[in-house]
Amino acid sequence: MSMTNKSRLHLPKAPARPGEAPDFSYVELSPAGAVGRPDVTTRARDMLPFAVELVRVLDDRGAAVGPWNPHLETENLQVGLRHMLMTRLYDERMQRMQRAGKISFYIRSLGEEAVSVAQCMALRPADMLFPGYRNQGVHIARGIALVDMMCQLLSNTRDMCKGRQLPVMYHSKAGNIFSISGNLATQFPQAVGWAMAAAIKGEDHLAATWIGEGSSAEADFHHALLFASVYQAPVILNVVNNQWAISTFQGYAGGEQRSFAARGPGYGIAGIRVDGNDFLAVYAVTQWAAERARIGAGPTLIELVTYRVGAHSTSDDPSRYRAKNDHEHWPLGDPILRLKQHLIALGVWSDADHQALTADIEARVAASWKEATSFGTMNEGPRLDADLMFEDVFKEMPQHLKRQQALMRAERGPERGS
Amino acid sequence: MANMNMIQALNSAMDIMLGKDPSVVLMGEDIGYFGGVFRATEGLQRKYGEHRVIDTPIAEGGIVAVAIGMGVNGLRPVAEIQFADYIYPGFDQIVSELARIRYRSAGEFYAPVTIRTPCGGGIRGGQTHSQSPESIFTHVSGIKVVMPSNPSDAKGLLITCIEDDDPVVFFEPKRLYNGPFDGDPNKPAVPWSAHPKGQVDEGHYTVPLGKADIVRSGSAVSIICYGTMVFVAAAAAAAMNVDAEIIDLRSLVPLDVDTICTSVKKTGRCVIAHEATRFSGFGAEILSIIQEECFWCLEAPIQRVTGWDTPYPHAFEWEYFPGQARVAAALKAVMGPE
Repeated sequence: MSMTNKSRLHLPKAPARPGEAPDFSYVELSPAGAVGRPDVTTRARDMLPFAVELVRVLDDRGAAVGPWNPHLETENLQVGLRHMLMTRLYDERMQRMQRAGKISFYIRSLGEEAVSVAQCMALRPADMLFPGYRNQGVHIARGIALVDMMCQLLSNTRDMCKGRQLPVMYHSKAGNIFSISGNLATQFPQAVGWAMAAAIKGEDHLAATWIGEGSSAEADFHHALLFASVYQAPVILNVVNNQWAISTFQGYAGGEQRSFAARGPGYGIAGIRVDGNDFLAVYAVTQWAAERARIGAGPTLIELVTYRVGAHSTSDDPSRYRAKNDHEHWPLGDPILRLKQHLIALGVWSDADHQALTADIEARVAASWKEATSFGTMNEGPRLDADLMFEDVFKEMPQHLKRQQALMRAERGPERGS
Repeated sequence: MANMNMIQALNSAMDIMLGKDPSVVLMGEDIGYFGGVFRATEGLQRKYGEHRVIDTPIAEGGIVAVAIGMGVNGLRPVAEIQFADYIYPGFDQIVSELARIRYRSAGEFYAPVTIRTPCGGGIRGGQTHSQSPESIFTHVSGIKVVMPSNPSDAKGLLITCIEDDDPVVFFEPKRLYNGPFDGDPNKPAVPWSAHPKGQVDEGHYTVPLGKADIVRSGSAVSIICYGTMVFVAAAAAAAMNVDAEIIDLRSLVPLDVDTICTSVKKTGRCVIAHEATRFSGFGAEILSIIQEECFWCLEAPIQRVTGWDTPYPHAFEWEYFPGQARVAAALKAVMGPE
């Protein structure tokens, strides 16, 4: 074998690396309003065009156009804007708190807020959500208190996870939001199982789940599609294509050859590709998929085309692998600015309203942080009792864990409980 | 010789092997252009090209399976699993395939795959970035299992593993990437440049598998450990002024039974320390061997120092971690009353 720097292997190329000009010419776009809206009972095999085109409702001037316009009431649009803005400002503040050493780790959803918020709003409260770690918008849209989310980040005495999980791995039993895993893609087939149980039990609830395009490479993604197809489970499978998996461009998850939505038809599942930064389009497509699932017409795979504007996490530095300020060239804009523009175009919103809303949310986030930190932080204030470490491994603590718990207490000595 | 931390030493090992052997390829998530989330492969794609330092999809099962196929077709893949906690989607390919190809084909096929993966806690990683699953793999026949504790060993062991025709899972205790860690998170970090094992030969050299390192000779008690626990155990014994013989196993499969038993027969007392959970942990295997080989030389029951049998909790990292206090308690128990 000779030493050569060439081979016949195809290696996907990121469109732009540091020092190069941002290039999004690879993103295939459809004009707003151009894609038709099929009946929700359309057979999966006839859905192929929708996995290729891009469903869009908001045009460049902020008008809602075409058959996918969900015709939402003004009030709902304003709620959507509020949830998205709250998600962004919460993210901003928590990112700063991580930088200040108050929390150990954080993941923002900057630029992807419409995905979680619009999708959650298009579902019913009893529908079960299986999110990933960049879906904080679903918690906010479901009305989970910011204080509760912050206490999880702080692993403090009010942490819903009792100090066991990395920050951002929230759950809400009451809010029907499943526990987030640090391992990728595992939630995807679990959501299918939940949906199968709903069908077995004769309930009309559905399950929705989210995965990044990068994680769709995992076998669990394929398990989900297979089971959803075989049993026609009432589930909505969402691939959030934010173009990047840490440093790895979406071409390395298979997006170079075909859209992620097109994985659906391969398995006999309706696939729809949607502008993930268009609140109205995301809402409408999710509403379509929910109706399809609820009447028993089958699952839907939705690819939400968006952009990860920020770093993967606070442990990541994208300036090492992406073109500088590339998000400014992202052809689908910013989801919050686009919905704001739409509301202004409708004559029901203004820059002054937006500023007032921003100030109101910032004050709420600040007040929530103050309250959350009163229950303890990583380094100060009250701490969870370390005894809790041994609980919930099993429903009832077996003897060997009781013994280890006692050993741990002895090891910690008299300082314990101080 | 040069100062290297463990990341630089591993990088040097892969650099040398890529340069020396055209069949060596690296593959894994974020390892190419980016150089890996822990920077272990930094600069190697630029130097050797995209077809030898290959970015992969996020699919650990796929990474292992593809590495097997490449190995069967004459390459010598070094696959990175970004965290040991992420190795499980590749488990079937490792256990049912990689471990058995030589056996089931009567030696006619084999896949010389090295799987590198960062393990262990102490970095606020929570339950999915802190695990030490080595004993899950030592339980599988046909897989070699290695865990270095310092840069010098890490480089020599990794070169040995890459050159080995058998598959290896190579665990890297990530808390030791930047310096020896004695188990006290409140002390300032000590860099490898301040430690003799941070002096690394810049050229090609190997450290054999199945050969433990006697880190410190002693006569009072044998402490058998590996990975993160080597420095914790040494610090605990020093603080107690116990003349401990500290043995860094370095490779778990194959295991240096002779060094372990010679030491225990000499000292008559033994503490076994690992960061992984206790129940069915690798310590149980070492303990059984000592019981079989050294029973009549033992002065006290063997003690194990381990993580607790729970997932690794984010908020209680240092209550979970088997630090110096846990080692000290075991040493007290095994040394008996003064």
